[in-house]
This record gives sequence, C-alpha cells and structure tokens, in this order.
Amino acid sequence: MKKIKEKICQWRSIAIFCLILTQCSLSAQTDLDAIMMSKNNFCTGLMYQHGSWNNYWEGTLKRDNQNLGTVSNNMYAVMGNYGISGKLNLLFGLPYVNTKASAGTLHSMNGLQDLPLWVKWMPFEKRVGPGTLSLYGIGGLSIPVSNYIADYLPLSIGLKSTNFSLRGMVDYQIGSIFATLSGTYVVRNNVTIDRSSYYTDQLILSNEVEMPNVATINFRFGYRSSLGIAELVLNQSNTLGGFDITRNNMPFPSNQMNATTAGLAFKYNVSAVEGLSLIGGTNFTIAGRNVGQTNSFNGGLFYILDFSKKEKTSSSDKSTTN
Amino acid sequence: MKTIQILAIAFILAIFMVPLGCAKNIKGRTDDAPMLQPAKTDIDAGNWKPILLTGPTEFPVAAPAAISTPGYLAEINEIKGFQKNINSEQEKSIRYWGAGGVLRWNEIMRELVAKYNLPPYQNADGSYPFPSAANPFAYPLFPFANPPYAARAYAYVSAAQYDGLVAAWYYKKLYNRAAPYKNDATVIAKLPQSDLPSYPSEDAVLAGVTAEMMKLLFPGEIAFIQQKADEQKLARIISGSNTRSDIEAGEALGRLVAQKFTVRARADRAGAAAGTQADWTKLETDALAKGETPWYSLDLPKRPPMLPLFGKVKPFLFDEATTIAIRPGPPPLVNSDQMRKETAEVKDQIDHPTREKTAIVHFWADGVGTYAPPGHWDAIAAEDFIGKNFSEVRWARNMALINMSLMDAGIVCWDTKYFYFNPRPTQLNPAIKTLTGIPNFPAYISGHSTFSAAAASILGYLIPERAAAYDDMAKEASNSRLYGGIHYRSDCEVGLTTGKKVGEYAISRAKTDGAN
Repeated sequence: MKKIKEKICQWRSIAIFCLILTQCSLSAQTDLDAIMMSKNNFCTGLMYQHGSWNNYWEGTLKRDNQNLGTVSNNMYAVMGNYGISGKLNLLFGLPYVNTKASAGTLHSMNGLQDLPLWVKWMPFEKRVGPGTLSLYGIGGLSIPVSNYIADYLPLSIGLKSTNFSLRGMVDYQIGSIFATLSGTYVVRNNVTIDRSSYYTDQLILSNEVEMPNVATINFRFGYRSSLGIAELVLNQSNTLGGFDITRNNMPFPSNQMNATTAGLAFKYNVSAVEGLSLIGGTNFTIAGRNVGQTNSFNGGLFYILDFSKKEKTSSSDKSTTN
Repeated sequence: MKTIQILAIAFILAIFMVPLGCAKNIKGRTDDAPMLQPAKTDIDAGNWKPILLTGPTEFPVAAPAAISTPGYLAEINEIKGFQKNINSEQEKSIRYWGAGGVLRWNEIMRELVAKYNLPPYQNADGSYPFPSAANPFAYPLFPFANPPYAARAYAYVSAAQYDGLVAAWYYKKLYNRAAPYKNDATVIAKLPQSDLPSYPSEDAVLAGVTAEMMKLLFPGEIAFIQQKADEQKLARIISGSNTRSDIEAGEALGRLVAQKFTVRARADRAGAAAGTQADWTKLETDALAKGETPWYSLDLPKRPPMLPLFGKVKPFLFDEATTIAIRPGPPPLVNSDQMRKETAEVKDQIDHPTREKTAIVHFWADGVGTYAPPGHWDAIAAEDFIGKNFSEVRWARNMALINMSLMDAGIVCWDTKYFYFNPRPTQLNPAIKTLTGIPNFPAYISGHSTFSAAAASILGYLIPERAAAYDDMAKEASNSRLYGGIHYRSDCEVGLTTGKKVGEYAISRAKTDGAN
C-alpha cells in the first residue's frame, strides 16, 4: 500500500511539452512526478528522444509545408537526480539536440541546448483515506549552455531564453494506482537575436525579444509499484501572450505557442540488477497553436548510485553527504 | 530537516526574484530619439533641385492671412485651448513626431513593408495567386512587398516628400510667417524653437504626401496611414509649432505633389513587372537557346519568378538605356571550371558554418516578414541622421537620394538577373542547404550586394566620416549571401561593383542639387 519511493530511479521520459515547432524542452519526468530519491542516492542515466511532424499550426490554421516536408529532431541527454534527503532532491539535465527538414533547402541545426536545474521538495506525505497523499513544491532554472540560434524556426534547437519555473504538485496513490496533478508557471527572460529589427504585430527596432511567460498543467494516471510504472500522461502548455504566425510567414520565438499532448510512459525496474531501470514512452500532439504537431518516442537507461552505505561506515556526520 | 526546508523555500523564492528584477518591455532604438533641432533652417531650400516638379511653384500656395487678422487669432486660441487641456497621450505624440517627420514616416513605411513582405500561399492546383490592387483586403493581400516592390515604395515616398518640402520651403521663405509661439508669448513651445517660417507646415506636407501615396502603394493601409497623418498634424498644433492654416496649406501641397508622383508611378511599368506565363517561358527557352542552364524556382511547388520585368521599370537617377549600359557582363558559364569552383566554395561555406558567420547571415538576411534590404539601409541611414541635426528638407533630400539609389539598384539588378537567368548554387548542387531562405529569382547578380553598394556609396558621400564603415557594412552584407549558401562569389562581387555605379549617379545628383 505504501508508495514506492526508494531504490527506484524514476527518469522515464523527457520532453513532455513541445513548445516550439521542432523541438522539445528537456523536461525530465522526474520533475513532474511524485517520486523522491532517497537520501544520498544519485540516479543518473542517458535518454534519447526522437520527434517529428508534417503538419503545424499557423496561428490556428493547421497546414503542411512542402518546403519543409517532415521536420524532425533528436535529443540526447545526460540526466541526474540527487537525494539531499528523502524530502529534498536536486535534479539536472544536459541535452544535445539536432534538427532537420526532409524537404526544401533549409540547413539543419545542432548543438547543446538548455541546462535545467530543479529543486524538488516534498513537505507533506500522509495517509489520507484509503491511500497516501503527498504534496510537492518544485523550483526550476533553465539556462542555455551554448550560443545556439533561436531565431531560425522551425529548425532552431531551442528558444534560448533563461527560464524560471515554479510548480505545485499533488499526488494520491491507492495500492499500485496513482494520479498526479501539477501546475507550472514559467517566467522566461528576454532573448537577443542576430538581427536588428523584427516584426511581431508591429515593427520593433531592437535585437531583443520579449518572451511571454508560459503556464503548464500536467496530469498523470496509472500503475506504480516496485516492478515499475505504466502511466497515461496529459499535458497542456500555453504561452501567456505572444502573437500568431501570419499567413505563410515564418515562425518567431515569441509566437503564442500552445500545445495539448497525450502520451504513455513506462518504466521497468530490472530486478536482476538493483538500481537499474529502463524507460520508454511516446507522446502525441492533439491540438496546438503556432507549433508543430509533434509525435515523439523516447527511451533511456538509468542507474542508482547509493552513497548512503559508504557514509554509514565512514562517518556519522549527516552534513557531509558526498 | 527544518534548515533544509527553509533553504528550499529560500531557493525557490530566490529564483523568482531574479526575473522580477528584469524589465521585459523592449525599447526600440529610436523610441526616445531626441527632438529634432536643426543646426540650420536651410531657408533657401526652395531653390534646391526638385526630382519631378518643374519648379517649387508648380503647385501654388496662397498667401496666408496676416497674423493680425481675427482668423489667425482664432487659430492661436485653438492652440491655447489644446494646451490648456493637454493629456499625456498628446504629450507622447508630440515627442514621437518631434523627433522628425521624415524619420517617423520612414519607420512607418518600413513597418508596412515588413507586414506585407509575405509570399502568397499556393492554390490547391499548385499555381500561385497574385495580389490584386483592386481588392487589397482579399488573400493574398496587396501588395506582396518583396525587395523590388519595397525599394520602389520607399523611393516614391521619399522622392515625393522631398519635392513637397522643396516647394514648402520656397513658400516659407516667400511668406515668412513665424511660428505661433513667436507670434504670441502665451503659446507654449512644446518643441525646440526655430526661426523657420511655419507656413506651410513641413509636417503637414509629409503627412499629405504619404497619405496620398498610400492609395497607390499600400491601399489596404489608407485608414492606418490617415490616422498617423491626423496624429502628426494635431501634434504640431498642440505643440505650438503650427496653426491650423499652416497645416491645411501644407497638407494640400503635399497631396498635390504626391499626385504627380502617382501619375509617374502608374506609368513606370512596375504594374506589369510580374509578367505572364509567356514571359516566364521565354526566359527559360532563351537561356536554353544560349546553351545555358536556366534558373528554376526552388520553392515547392515551383513559384513563378519574382517580378521578372522589374528591370524595365523607369529609374529615377538615369534613363532606361543606362539600365542596360550598366548591366554587367555574363556570369561564369554553368559548365565552366570557374562555376564548379564557385559552387564548391559555397558548399564549403555551408558545410562549415561558424557561429559568427551565421550571425552575419541572419543580420543581413532581411527576408520574408522583414523590411527587406532597402529598409535595412534606410534604418542604418535614419539612425545615423538622428544625431546630425538636419532640417526636415535635408532629411528628405538625403533619404530621397538613398532610396532612389536603392530603387535604381533594384532595377539594374533585376535587369541583370533576368537577362542571364542564372541558377542558384542549390540548383546546381542540391546538397547545398542554406542558412536562410533562398529568394525566388535568379542568382546573378546578388540583390543584397547591389542594394548595399548603392546605398553605402551615397551614404558615404552624405556622411563622409562614416564612408569606410558603410563600405565595410556593404561588403559584410554581400559576404553574408556567400556564407549563407545563397550566392556564388561572383554574384556578390559583381553586385557590389554594379551597385556602386548606381550610387555614383546619386552622388552626381547630390553634388548639383543645390543643397551643398
């Protein structure tokens, strides 16, 4: 009946929300799920994701583009999650992304994208009724780690804004069945582009672009036990402002990019090797605005390094964790 | 555990303090441009050589009423009434237009070009619709403000503004009516005071010219432009710089001058520049007959070439025979070693795009949804002129010289492009993927290079201390097309030399137009 929290490395899928036409933010599910690493455990692993689209929404108009064909992207990421305590975790990721279009003449792009850092805190966990209720507060910071080009949509590898996120999350589990709901508010800093003016719904004589903030709601429902996890994931992301791509125009970083996605995510804890887990998942874009209708799949492998055992034998000082 | 929780809360709060500290609003480079305070009034500009007018008196302006008449006193009272109840929006409008009418109208023109610089989406059968001036609000919106269209629009507006102001200056000197704040001590001068006579109003001339030219150039924006014109005229009255009769005389003059330019524009052959299927086919068969590989569109579906007959448009700075005389010799033959070498060089560029070079490509790309290369040069010029304390008539003269150079550079460039009808690098080697969109017209010669060299030449003449800088910018703009995989080296180099030749015509005009 008790929630599974220990000895399970919970990275399962990245890129829940694809906020731009080609590319998906590295958003490890761990920062969106109701699982904490135990104290002094470090979970790390590698992820791969492939996403692609043929259609996109030009404002609210769904269309294809023969000059792009299929736009695809690959993301390779190293990720980690460290348990400062059972109630406080630190998470990070480092993604490399490449993008290309199957038709037309536009050049592909690639590079290191944005480094997210998260602090995940579980202030409350109690039996309520037949199950366990837990509450989480999560703060995030995402910083571009290379001088990539944001203003080359839909083939940019990212939007290059430095983002600050705050998330509240609630989880309820009865037996092996759980549901998690979270809401996130993302403050995005302005970005600078390589040109000296641009047109939104007016001409702006600057190389600085105001990036409207983003709000996201995420719902997950499924099975969670020591065997692993199988869940349905629904996500809604909205840009709070921004403008629509005009008819047959190019997209722009400060467009109003909204997306509704649905997906499945799985994790399997390899019983033969303690601490090893395999993950996989898939996501479909159901509705959107100024984004590509991305379908994606992903997979990864994670392993838990347990530093707590060593500590027990070497020192009793709780402040020296590693 | 308590400490850890406090730390976690502190961290979460801290990361939210950072963005809250940063202002999100973007300030444009000219939003706070200083109020125009001309170093000299150019009081004799009525003698400067107009572009199209036969002389400054072609459209007579009636003598104003004496300042002692009840009519004039009533106009002064109108100003005082506005000033008594002035609101912050009006103050803002005064400051906006006070930075200079030529500057602001040029910015508004650039905004319209950026809004309309969108290639039409194809029909279901793969053909393309053409915008219709008769129905500008139906998709595709009229006009498609592509680079040649934009160059011509900027040129007509600038040239007409200049001619309008030459005439205005003639009558200013003739009638010598001082500004309201000089005639009545209780009228507040909300803008820097000037000895320039206020009748007819130079701002109203600009408003009248531009509003009138919009009927031809951006017929879907007449209402938007009229609103701007009304704002400008009111700002001048509230600022104490003009009375209503100054404004009305100026606007009427501006509209008459613009109508003369409109008549020219309707007959300059730009209306037929899109050509017909027969013209497009002939370009292809002519190239084949010469044993060459014809250009074809790299858009999907294939799009008819952009304005193939724009090279036949009547230039401002020289005649049509000169367009052909300036036309450079042919590009390397498609099957020549030279062309193979140049194609390989483009491939090498796009295979090794450094971040710095890609930034240059994007800085100068000025493609879809932008104010186009001529607009970029207008922006460079305007932002440099802001610090120069030019009078409005000198501003107009300088912008007219630049924009006539850009339009004529466009004409010569388009004539050359369709005379040779040469393929883009990506057509010869489809593995050449570009770092910005490939324009839908032949390669030789580079439009960016031709436009840039023409503008840099005349700008270097107008602001000699910046001549070397403009030259460097033109070279960078030219190189950006090679870095981006858009052009061969010879397109760029010959584009620069050809553009410079066009610029020379503007310089000779500038030397003899009476403004020096």
